[in-house]
Amino acid sequence: MLVIEFHLDARSGVAPYLQLIHQVRHALRLDMLREGEQLPTVKDVAAGLAINPNTVLKAYRELEYQGLAAARPGRGTFITGTLSGASVAAQEPLRRELRRWLGKARRSGMDEESIEALFLTTFRSATSEEEIA
Amino acid sequence: MTALHASGLGKRYRQRWALSDCTLQIPEGRVVGLVGPNGAGKSTLLNLAVGLLAPDAGTITVLDGQPASGPDQLAKVGFVAQDTPVYAGLSVADHLRFGAHLNPGWDAAYAESRIERLGLDPGQRAGKLSGGQRAQLALTLALAKRPRLLILDEPVASLDPLARREFLQDLMEAVAEHEVSIILSSHLVNDLERVCDYLVVLAASRVQIAGDVDALIASHHRLIGPRRDPASLPSDQQVIQASHTDRQSTLIVQSRHPVLDPAWTVEQLNLEDLVLAYMSQASETARGRRPMLEVQR
Repeated sequence: MLVIEFHLDARSGVAPYLQLIHQVRHALRLDMLREGEQLPTVKDVAAGLAINPNTVLKAYRELEYQGLAAARPGRGTFITGTLSGASVAAQEPLRRELRRWLGKARRSGMDEESIEALFLTTFRSATSEEEIA
Repeated sequence: MTALHASGLGKRYRQRWALSDCTLQIPEGRVVGLVGPNGAGKSTLLNLAVGLLAPDAGTITVLDGQPASGPDQLAKVGFVAQDTPVYAGLSVADHLRFGAHLNPGWDAAYAESRIERLGLDPGQRAGKLSGGQRAQLALTLALAKRPRLLILDEPVASLDPLARREFLQDLMEAVAEHEVSIILSSHLVNDLERVCDYLVVLAASRVQIAGDVDALIASHHRLIGPRRDPASLPSDQQVIQASHTDRQSTLIVQSRHPVLDPAWTVEQLNLEDLVLAYMSQASETARGRRPMLEVQR
């Protein structure tokens, strides 16, 4: 069973192997990909996206290094870790709160672009303050 | 093991050197993009690698053998020439029979299953195929001989975007399946950006830069800051391209070390920026001799 399908954004400027890693981590975080499930084979990803198989290998090796996946010789690469954990339970109430906040932002007359910009700048400054603290 | 090793390689047509002083060491197991403007010497280099041309200077070895030096060497190297030529009067099946006759390592089962998967009619004359189908037939022949190195000269230049994508998908599938090394040329870097992990930029008959793509990307930076004389940069920063306004300088530099000077805003280059920087440098200095740069892995 194929669980996730990769895609590439050529204009993002992010190296393709990093994009693959991000997509696996993203799927893990959203619980779309679980322990024991198989990642697409290197050949299928290379053929599907028309990218170099070494790029796919590099992404899978990095996921192994991060403890999220393991290669089983002759069978493929399987998920061995998780990123969601306790956060899955916390996600739903947070999502509801965020929706309420978005509604408030819209009613105050902000368009999508300004909402996104406000979120991102706040997110970045909060993250950098945490790093300093 | 090296896929291709060239040392001081040159080829002259009458007075003009189509390729000069070409020194390269390309490891095996890579997908190598050979990029450069039309007339830069790409086809000349590839034809030297397969032995269709003989050098006028220097040496070239391919998979440790002399190009076209004997049956073993011919069996190791596959070649798809520019515009993927096929025999217009022969059918698809004739091409496969022809391939089987001429190649000792011919994989008939692979060739037939590939033709079937592509939906090509074996009875069809090759002259009636679309450009994309013709390219796929040529790729099938080249792969079914089971080469260790496959050389393709502008394989996707004449294909429409869909056929181009399908061709590169099949090529990458073959790399994953058979671990064949690939050298392919294009005058457009966009065609190769996703598929190649090793890059050779050829311009004005010379190799401008060659190396592992990730290492090239990591060692080149765009610096933007207050106007400054490039000569005042630290010695480990080599300027590839510089442009200035009255107040501002924009430089593309090669440096193994991160650029830490706070006066600069440092940006990463993508592959296209990098290739274009070397190409314009080559056209500016085409008359002068300059040292070749090589980034080590």
